[in-house]
Amino acid sequence: MKAVIFVIGYLILAPFVGALLDGVDRVITARMQGRKGPCVLQPFYDLSKLFSKQMIAVNNVQLLLNLSYLGFIVISGSMLFGGTDILMCLFLLSTADMFLVMAASSDSSPFANMGAAREMLQMMAYEPLTLLVAVGFYLAAGTFHVGNIIQSAVSPVLYMPGMLLGFMFTSAIKFRKSPFDLSTSHHAHQEMVKGITTEMSGPTLAIMNIAEYYEKVLILGIFALFFINSSWWSWPVAIVFCLAIYFMEILWDNVSARLHWKTLLTSCWLVTLLTAGVNLLILILMK
Amino acid sequence: MGKLSKSPWLLHYDASSCNGCDIEVLDCLTPRYDVERFGVINTGDPFQADILLITGGVNSQTAPVVKQLYSQMPEPKVVLAVGICACTGGVFKECYNIRGGIDTVIPVDIYVPGCAARPEAIIDGVVKAVKLLDEKKEKIRAQKGREEQPGGTYGSEK
Amino acid sequence: MILIPVLIGIPTFLAILIPFIRSGEARGKIVYVGSGCIMAATVAMLISWGNQGAHSIQLYTAAEAVDHLMSLGDIFLMCLILYMSIRYRKVLPAVLSVAQTGLLLYVEANTSLPEAEHMMIDWLTVLMCIIIAFVGGFICIYTVGYMKGYHAHHKEYQDRQPFFFSMLFLFLAAMFGLVFSQSLIWMYFFWEITSVISFLMIGYTRTEEAIENSFSALWMNLLGGLGFSVAIALLAFGNGSVQLSDTVATGAALPLACLALAGLTKSAQLPFSTWLYGAMVAPTPSSALLHSATMVKAGVYLLLRLSPALHDNLVGLMVSLIGGFTFIMASMMAIAQNDGKKVLAFSTISNLGLIVACAGTGVEETVWGAVFLMIFHSVSKSMLFQAVGATENCLGSRDIEDMHGMLLRLPKLTYIMGIGIAGMYLAPFGMLISKWVALKAFVDSGNVVLVIFIAYGSATTMFYWTKWLSKLISQHHAREGVKDVTCRDEYVSMFVHAAIMLLLCLLLPFVATTVVDPIVAEMFGHSQAVLSMGVLTTMAVMLVSILIVPTIMFFVSKAARRQLVEIYMAGVNKGDNRHFVNSFGGDTHLYLSNWYLRFEFGRRHLLHPSIYLSAVVIVVIFCLLIGGAV
Repeated sequence: MKAVIFVIGYLILAPFVGALLDGVDRVITARMQGRKGPCVLQPFYDLSKLFSKQMIAVNNVQLLLNLSYLGFIVISGSMLFGGTDILMCLFLLSTADMFLVMAASSDSSPFANMGAAREMLQMMAYEPLTLLVAVGFYLAAGTFHVGNIIQSAVSPVLYMPGMLLGFMFTSAIKFRKSPFDLSTSHHAHQEMVKGITTEMSGPTLAIMNIAEYYEKVLILGIFALFFINSSWWSWPVAIVFCLAIYFMEILWDNVSARLHWKTLLTSCWLVTLLTAGVNLLILILMK
Repeated sequence: MGKLSKSPWLLHYDASSCNGCDIEVLDCLTPRYDVERFGVINTGDPFQADILLITGGVNSQTAPVVKQLYSQMPEPKVVLAVGICACTGGVFKECYNIRGGIDTVIPVDIYVPGCAARPEAIIDGVVKAVKLLDEKKEKIRAQKGREEQPGGTYGSEK
Repeated sequence: MILIPVLIGIPTFLAILIPFIRSGEARGKIVYVGSGCIMAATVAMLISWGNQGAHSIQLYTAAEAVDHLMSLGDIFLMCLILYMSIRYRKVLPAVLSVAQTGLLLYVEANTSLPEAEHMMIDWLTVLMCIIIAFVGGFICIYTVGYMKGYHAHHKEYQDRQPFFFSMLFLFLAAMFGLVFSQSLIWMYFFWEITSVISFLMIGYTRTEEAIENSFSALWMNLLGGLGFSVAIALLAFGNGSVQLSDTVATGAALPLACLALAGLTKSAQLPFSTWLYGAMVAPTPSSALLHSATMVKAGVYLLLRLSPALHDNLVGLMVSLIGGFTFIMASMMAIAQNDGKKVLAFSTISNLGLIVACAGTGVEETVWGAVFLMIFHSVSKSMLFQAVGATENCLGSRDIEDMHGMLLRLPKLTYIMGIGIAGMYLAPFGMLISKWVALKAFVDSGNVVLVIFIAYGSATTMFYWTKWLSKLISQHHAREGVKDVTCRDEYVSMFVHAAIMLLLCLLLPFVATTVVDPIVAEMFGHSQAVLSMGVLTTMAVMLVSILIVPTIMFFVSKAARRQLVEIYMAGVNKGDNRHFVNSFGGDTHLYLSNWYLRFEFGRRHLLHPSIYLSAVVIVVIFCLLIGGAV
């Protein structure tokens, strides 16, 4: 019953929470840059505008693939919040991402193609870590099942601080933040226009944005999983930590420039190995 | 304020400007003017833009580009000509390669004069463009109600 | 069990018959009928075995005449290899062949082995038979149409189709023999036949490259064969028994290591991987049948048989390390390939690596995962090879770059290819479930290195498949269309494969409980449910979602009204989405290329280090074993 409430809550609230976080992000970013910035509700205005625009497209399959992307993200998130297998949830998340890559490649346009290629590279960069994080949860809590992980006596983060560190590092990719915003970015004037979203317009882009919001909440959910244990007060603590991590991502976004893909790949893989790999080794030796 | 007026996204194109106006356009994004206060984003992608902001007069090489960018923007859309060159051709008007203002190629809605146009003037133009966007949206909705057809690509008028 | 000789006999008979039939049409009919017979015989065997209670049966205790025949066969194969080696002036294969055959004959002459069963049937055998008969049979059917197109397309090669078909069927016979064998001496005989057939088929076109590659395949496989015969000698003198089951039960380390070496060479693990992608010069059916779906599975089959004895010892460590390492290195090298068949070859090596790693770990869960991987890999890889082969006949190229926008040009082949690719790596298809199980099992057995290998390896695997898939799906209207010259029999085979693939996904829990669980139970004496109910439910949700989400979205997106515009090319699109205006005002053709990361993941950079590294691992472990350090 609890799971059902969580899933419904995720389905309904995630886009709002995601959009709100995005709005806060834009305000904080503006303040960091010495500007006033838009209203906190700006992402909602953007979304409603995008939905009211005329539908233009470059082919007939992009919308289908984009909608599928949204669909799979939503299902993947529901699996996490419904308390099922975290590894399966991550696998499905990659599948969802693959639909985004296909949506971009279906345009057969230079900029979207370049974005798609970079998106694939980003997937390759963060994928090892996400799998290792799932393994870490398995070792810390003895199960891949999210419903059981949250029942553990102590927070998993005590067993896997390295993994948390690594996940914070690579989740900049998932949040599409500098220095890892290779495939698309919220900022204009760049070498690849809008990357994967170049040919997405109006409602199609709005769908993409909503999917991003769902994904953002999903990633934050995994962060929360690091902190949650069987006691009730771990939940607010987890939320506070999530917000703090999100703030750190924003800070990092603002103080760093975009990296070359090679640096992205090697740094992510190296960080994965050093944080998650070492953490994993210790966990297995501890067993 | 309607939906559109709260999040006008720009596409900035330099048709053949001396770059004076371009720098002023970028000025608007700086902390001093901070045009993002109004929800404005400089997207650089016609597929996502509501306002086409053009600087410089049109020459024979940029004319097809301007047309194509305009055609790739979804309705409703507004064209903003920034700087005197974009409005009329300016000092380059009599040049062999210059066709004149942007309105020789696509319908322009708002003219922002100046050489170079001041950031305040540009922001003023954007705010006017925003109002126009709402009006256009209403018009399209009314038209849709009449004939169940979305507005044509070149549906805007001067 | 009269059906075993029948199963081996039908393809052998066909192999002898086909060279005498000169008419292409009659030959095609015989191939159809023959493949049908093989499948029917397999089904008959399955049913009769099921009626007898579906437990393992040992057969043929006294078979001295066959023993002698096989010795003769070994000598014949050695002579054939000697002849070919002398003809093409190669030393290594000749030496290896003489050494192993000599050793084997010496063993047979100088030891008196107790009477024991030579063949057996159990769950794993039956599974292998089904794979061989159905995947192999349909590939034979496919070959009829394919070879027509192949020779129409490649006029420069001599048409040796009768030889080709004969070898295909002979190979099927040898494969059946191999999986039924319980005596290692028998298995060795069939093992050698498959090596030689592979050698002959790679050299089909007789170009310089083909001959070079065929000899490289030959010597590597013969090295494995040498390991096999050394293992037989050690077992015969040491244990006094050359039964496979005794080998597993006693678990003597050195013979196990030698057999494992044979398995590793056959399944093209590092450092022996080079022969497999060299083998891609052969016509596609042989790549599909030998070098992906069945023959390389013989190596895996042997390792799976040995796997209970590999748990937690040095040999197992060697096998699982080599497997895991191959999994990641081959998948990295696959990224840098643009030739469709080469990608498939590397992906085969890589997936076999995963199976080998599972087998080397040797616990129930990993064997469960390995069997599952084997089933899915056989079907989807065979399908992919066939699709690439058919595409090559249509497009005149198997370069992935040329498949840009193939969805619009060759839709049927693209769908087949898409199903194959999705089956290889997408959630929730079989490969991924196996990966899930393998990952869990590696964690449980505490093997950190393998866990890390699998984590990185899945990432690289995803990259090269997604890249290919997105190339196919591009909505690019090429100027000229392509005529689909694929024959009907080719489509029959591919559609059947696709249907099997989808059915396997849908019936996954059923396959798990009725096929895979008994195999594991048989090997370990007991089995536990690897997939819990919770996981199965999750999978069901995923499966339903992968079917339903795109379907719903299809209708949703269809209902949406949209205006089509040109793609964004910074405003200089010529209007046809194919050209743009360059800085001189002229037209430039747009060319979109995939990303190959050649300078980072190229074979040139990765191959040699990984070969040396894995060779060092093997050598060190062999030294340890011979020195008796452990």
